[in-house]
Amino acid sequence: MTALIQARGLRKFFGTTDALRGIDLDIQRGEVVAVMGPSGSGKSSLLHCLAGVLLPDSGTVSVGGTVITALSEARRSALRLKEFGFVFQFGQLLPDLTAVDNVTIPLLLGGMKRRQALTAARGWLDRLGLEVAADQLPGELSGGEAQRVAIARALVTQPSVLFADEPTGSLDSLAAENVLTAMLELVRKAGTTLVMITHDPRTAAYADREIIVRDGQLAATDRVGVK
Amino acid sequence: MCIVAVVDNSLTLLGLLSVEPSYGYDLKHTYDRFFGVRKPLAFGQVYASLARMTRDGQILSLADEAGGGPDRKKYEVTEVGRTRVSQWMFTPDIPSETLQSNLFAKTIIALLVDDNADRLLDVQRTEHLARMRELTREKQGADLMRVLLCDHALFHIEADLRWIDLTGARLTQLRNEIKLP
Repeated sequence: MTALIQARGLRKFFGTTDALRGIDLDIQRGEVVAVMGPSGSGKSSLLHCLAGVLLPDSGTVSVGGTVITALSEARRSALRLKEFGFVFQFGQLLPDLTAVDNVTIPLLLGGMKRRQALTAARGWLDRLGLEVAADQLPGELSGGEAQRVAIARALVTQPSVLFADEPTGSLDSLAAENVLTAMLELVRKAGTTLVMITHDPRTAAYADREIIVRDGQLAATDRVGVK
Repeated sequence: MCIVAVVDNSLTLLGLLSVEPSYGYDLKHTYDRFFGVRKPLAFGQVYASLARMTRDGQILSLADEAGGGPDRKKYEVTEVGRTRVSQWMFTPDIPSETLQSNLFAKTIIALLVDDNADRLLDVQRTEHLARMRELTREKQGADLMRVLLCDHALFHIEADLRWIDLTGARLTQLRNEIKLP
């Protein structure tokens, strides 16, 4: 089976810092992968290269057969809008827009009519248990609610890949668990591929597997003694 | 360093012997320095282990010195013994809810024999995360009592993982501190 995401020989420098040092990685369609590793190990650089936010200095990334590292910025941007969703540690909702308006943003950017976008957005908020919060401003929401709005905004375009960077990093244990459970349920149901950076093993435990980045390389975790 | 719990004594002794050949007497003291601060190993245990390892071809005794008693023999690890140590080091322990003292021993030995301690910790981390995945799956749809029991196990395993992460970050310092005299 051909992997949905294929990275080959990824290298990325920031000045003289070798952030990625030759990463090869395959991620299957529908797979949930946790990306772990110490601070400064290259996790975020890897995620940004896989998502076409950063261009590697060498190596390729292909998603669904499209070599995204060969695309222009404009085409990568269009691809990100259509095919990828993003969730960050702090939801990064627009503070002056209600929850439902925040969720409509990617749809409106994609050219959908406002009324249709509002209907779709409310549907996703419902699925995340946020019916009541739909018309509230981000400042009126709890951390867990705000993060679920961010997840709704990331999933509303029904992306093939969801990229998440410490999606529960700002939440307490119970809120984190509720947010993760809700996100994973939707992701698994839709067959969305999830690539999630986390330093938290309990979050990583929701994934199908983890990859560990250390010093810009993937750590080998095969067992020498039990081959 | 003060770790008091179940360590696989024989394999730890074999690991120490793969650093350098040693007399039983010195081996016991090296063991106690790292792993037996509060519960030193009895000489009888050391010699019983040495006899067993000799029988299994994992070590051999170098030429007897005057007297010829067990404490007058110098023991050296064989290739069979080295392979056994390597298998032990890189075979992860089953994650439990208690401190992985065996993992501590493996880490020290890996550093002493200049093997890949980072990798050893990565292998164990993977095993721990696999167990956490099982427990997380078990929580799905379970009643609250079961969920709380799984949470208890998850937090304990997570504590081990924190130790693994911190130890991984301190390996260079640890390598310098534990050099044998």
